[in-house]
Amino acid sequence: MSGANDPYDPKQVAALSPEALDEAVTAAEKAFAQAGDLEALAAVRPAHLGDRAPVLLARRELGALPPAARSDAGKRVNAARQAVTEAYETRLAELEAQRDARVLAEERVDVTLAWDRTPRGARHPITTLMERIGDVFVGMGYEVAEGPELEAEWLNFDALNIGRDHPARTMMDTFFIAPEDSGLVLRTHTSPVQARTMLSRTPPIYIVAPGRTYRTDELDATHTPVFHQVEGLAVDRGLTMAHLRGTLDHLARSLFGADAVTRWRPSYFPFTEPSAEFDVWFPEHRDGPRWVEWGGCGMVNPRVLIACGIDPDEYSGFAFGMGIERALQFRSGVGDMRDIVEGDVRFTRSFGVEQ
Amino acid sequence: MRVPVGWLAEYVDVPAGTTVEDLDTAFVRLGLEVEEIHRPEPVTGPLVVGRVLEIEELAGFKKPIRYTQVDVGEAQPRGIVCGARNFAVGDTVVVALPGAVLPGGFEIAARTTYDHVSDGMICSVRELGIGDDHAGILVLGTDGDDVPAPGTDAGSIVGLGDVVIELAVTPDRGYCLSMRGIAREMGTGLAAPWRDPGAVTPPAWSGEPAWDVTVADPARCDRFSMLAMEGLDPTAPSPWWMRRRLAQAAVRSISLAVDVTNYVMLELGQPMHAFDRDAVTGPITVRLAREGEKLTTLDGTTRKLTSDDLLITDESGPIGMAAVMGGASTEIGDGTTAVLLEAAHWEPTGVARTARRHRLPSEAAKRFERGVDPEMTVVALARAAELLAEYGGARVVGGVVDIDTRGPRPTIELDAAKPARVAGVPYTAAQVVELLGAVGCAVDASGNPLVVTPPTWRPDLTDPADLVEEVIRLAGIDDIPSILPTAPPGRGLTDAQRRRRSVGRTLAEAGYVEAPSYPFVGLPVLDALALPDDDPRRQAVLVRNPLSEEEPALRTTLLPGLLATLARNLSRGQRDLALFEHGAVFPGSDRRPAPVPGAESRPDDETLAAVLGAVPAQPWHVAVALAGNRELRGWWGPGRPANWADAVEAARLVAAAAGVELTVRAGELAPWHPGRCAELLVDGRVVGHAGELHPRVCAALDLPARTSVMELDVDALPPAAVPVGPTISAFPPVLLDLALVVGDDVPAAEVAEALRQGAGELLESLRLFDVYTGPPVPAGSRSLAYALTLRAPDRTLTSEEATAVRDAALAAAAERTGAELRG
Repeated sequence: MSGANDPYDPKQVAALSPEALDEAVTAAEKAFAQAGDLEALAAVRPAHLGDRAPVLLARRELGALPPAARSDAGKRVNAARQAVTEAYETRLAELEAQRDARVLAEERVDVTLAWDRTPRGARHPITTLMERIGDVFVGMGYEVAEGPELEAEWLNFDALNIGRDHPARTMMDTFFIAPEDSGLVLRTHTSPVQARTMLSRTPPIYIVAPGRTYRTDELDATHTPVFHQVEGLAVDRGLTMAHLRGTLDHLARSLFGADAVTRWRPSYFPFTEPSAEFDVWFPEHRDGPRWVEWGGCGMVNPRVLIACGIDPDEYSGFAFGMGIERALQFRSGVGDMRDIVEGDVRFTRSFGVEQ
Repeated sequence: MRVPVGWLAEYVDVPAGTTVEDLDTAFVRLGLEVEEIHRPEPVTGPLVVGRVLEIEELAGFKKPIRYTQVDVGEAQPRGIVCGARNFAVGDTVVVALPGAVLPGGFEIAARTTYDHVSDGMICSVRELGIGDDHAGILVLGTDGDDVPAPGTDAGSIVGLGDVVIELAVTPDRGYCLSMRGIAREMGTGLAAPWRDPGAVTPPAWSGEPAWDVTVADPARCDRFSMLAMEGLDPTAPSPWWMRRRLAQAAVRSISLAVDVTNYVMLELGQPMHAFDRDAVTGPITVRLAREGEKLTTLDGTTRKLTSDDLLITDESGPIGMAAVMGGASTEIGDGTTAVLLEAAHWEPTGVARTARRHRLPSEAAKRFERGVDPEMTVVALARAAELLAEYGGARVVGGVVDIDTRGPRPTIELDAAKPARVAGVPYTAAQVVELLGAVGCAVDASGNPLVVTPPTWRPDLTDPADLVEEVIRLAGIDDIPSILPTAPPGRGLTDAQRRRRSVGRTLAEAGYVEAPSYPFVGLPVLDALALPDDDPRRQAVLVRNPLSEEEPALRTTLLPGLLATLARNLSRGQRDLALFEHGAVFPGSDRRPAPVPGAESRPDDETLAAVLGAVPAQPWHVAVALAGNRELRGWWGPGRPANWADAVEAARLVAAAAGVELTVRAGELAPWHPGRCAELLVDGRVVGHAGELHPRVCAALDLPARTSVMELDVDALPPAAVPVGPTISAFPPVLLDLALVVGDDVPAAEVAEALRQGAGELLESLRLFDVYTGPPVPAGSRSLAYALTLRAPDRTLTSEEATAVRDAALAAAAERTGAELRG
């Protein structure tokens, strides 16, 4: 082997011989192959690719050669150096891949372990179902209106054509507020929102009013004294019952699938005339496709329009209302009303944040 | 209204092959909701008419037993043992012969009982499954009556298999509380010929009117009719068919005279009353009660009357509460042989008030409230007289009393095109006229508008809209097409609506489960919450008729309901709970009553403002409650118990969702732990509280120690400002950690605020990352460690600048809170 400061020693020039170079390359390849890990490879690297490695020392000898021989020898040296470098890098890549494979294997975890550190929250399905219905109407251009649960008797009854001695009034099972002359009740339906809206605005009116309502029923599997309704009202020029039906059919399809439609039966509500109750065809019912009773509807009684200051000769309106608990019961197959009202987290969690 | 199909078929030619399901469908299409269809259980095997020939009383048993010989149309009578005693020799009865199977799978066989072979059974109504009457066996008739021959198949005679359809009749259609009204509807609905049982001309009774009657209040009684009968056999039973129909209609059979009045009411819809004529003293006056006057009604209750109650009186005083219930003093008794039959037309709203005031929703009141055909009074008297004559041997004496002060019948003008306009269906004028005719209206179609006179039994038809409804109903409301109208463009949800949704969703996503509760609370729970006597949350709105006397008030805070739900979940085995509720609360306050103006027109602005103003504000609150672990124990390590800080953090989440900045400071309010209660402020205004419950409150409500709650008034939060986007600097930050020693009583929030103020504009963020007490920090002090990020928008900060900021922050903290840099 030649020293770095000894470029002109003819013996050193022998380092440029093809044999010597081949030997250096072979030695390097062998050393790299024998390195079992990255540390060992790093340890042998200087001997073959360091400043004093044979192929680098050979390169320094080139200057001593006559120009005619230099080109040929230079190519040999470069080839040898490249061969050693490639051998090194190939081995390096191999060893890195081995190391990575080992480390990643060591770092393997059981991904089936659940990170249920904070229990999941949920919104009540009555809330989310009301929102969903509200959104269907907002999509049609309606606005969501609200009214108080503790309501003036006049708005809950009189303005809706339910006079003081009207039989419908006793049928409503009303919670009355003390004292006797308070003139207040817990609203028995969301319909007073209709009256409030018509009293405060001029047509065209297109509103939907979800909310909580009250009747003096004891809680059992099918009744609850505190329940929810969604009320809809449209007042405009030229509205007909066909428009009412179109609206309800659209809602039915939005909630219960493309095949849902409504079926109407004549009925009676003091605030609509004509009035109908409607059923919805629900193909996904857990007991098989069927008609399910859902709500009431009708054309706003001209007397109600008059009480609210709207000219019935110019405008007509339709209104509808439906029970949310009932819709939840059949839409989600909830058998017992008590599950809806008791606030058991197992019930509510099953519905998640949206539904 | 219960409609026996067999009775209906007496008036309507129901087309052959019509099934009960067809009737159901027809009723529903007409708007008569079918509530239930009662189908009697089937009876199979031989069931025949029998005639009792002999009765032998058997002695020596625990109860009296009879051994009878009954002719069942065979060569020899059959011997049958019977425990009932309500029959005599010659009576016609129903016999189940061996081989018959009665409802309930009761098989009849010849068997030996009470030492005799009983070769069949004499049946009671109950055993036949056609009623609940089990007072004795069913007697179809006595000797001499026109009864079927022994051996005749009894099934059809007793009405086995007669289906009863129970209808829910809406309050506008009182006429459908009678077979007469139902017959009209079904005649139309089935397009079948039918006969009106009310379309009869009463006989022209002659003689002096039956009684001296004065109607002092014609506004409340525009027709009063009366007929007297004598010679009634007080022992005469009601005929079987009548009792059967009453039973089907769920009306109890009492005596012939009473049964007849009830039967005529069911048939014609005209409620009637029968007085014992001998108990009536002197002229009858129909008048309003005097305040404090009393009447003992048929149900034995003595009722104190008001000056709004209408009475039938004689010289002795009140003898009946008009239209609602008769009086006990003139009740038909076992010995009554002379009766005064009364049929009148009463003003509906007055009846409604009296029935409601005295809690007497009688069958009569129910009909009068909804409207009865005033044409029927004398027709009903005639029908009752006919039945009492036939079955009780009674005869009419004198003429009829008929005080009729009705005014002319109103007419309604109807644009013939209006039904089409309302329905969106092109009905022709001819169709409109035809359908109104089917309702019973007289229609003058010589011009447009049509002039319509509604029938006397339809007092509900007062407006053109009512006539429109009838046209659409009979034409078929389900045939209306479906057209989606185009609403004007909307503006979406309001900010308040979006905020409520956002608050709920944020809490749910943070692990809280929504648990809405009833808003009814009792006063004891307010005590359990240790609310002081003058706490405004004790000012509750009270319900006059609460479901439970224990919970008469409306909530003024969400906590009672939410904590009850928490307790319910704990009792069901849940341990780690985070609940939230949002909804209205009802603060009580002195209020003026809400006026109840008329509804004939829009109230004037002042009245309307008074109505709206009397409705108290009902702010929307949100509350959370936590118990057990907020973070569960698991393979990662132990759990972290929920505490006051979670409750405060819930408030911060709500504020962030609402887009407002929340300030927290120490507070003190029941039911919170006085040392662990945070007062929540927005713009300097207290909007709620959060923290740990007072230990005594936990104990009183049986909740786990350290239960933590938050309640906040969402409606008190100001509107969120439109957010302004910050300028994001790409220059490198300077990170500083500062550990400060401050007195224990210095709130961390104040130290942070001082640092923030001192650091000024170059402070990008500041976060408390450690709180330490113990050596070497002196007792009475604690160390608070803050991480500060400094950054300039336009340059890299020099170390001199950073140091200056640090020093300024420290100086401000030192000055305002006494903080010292921890050495």
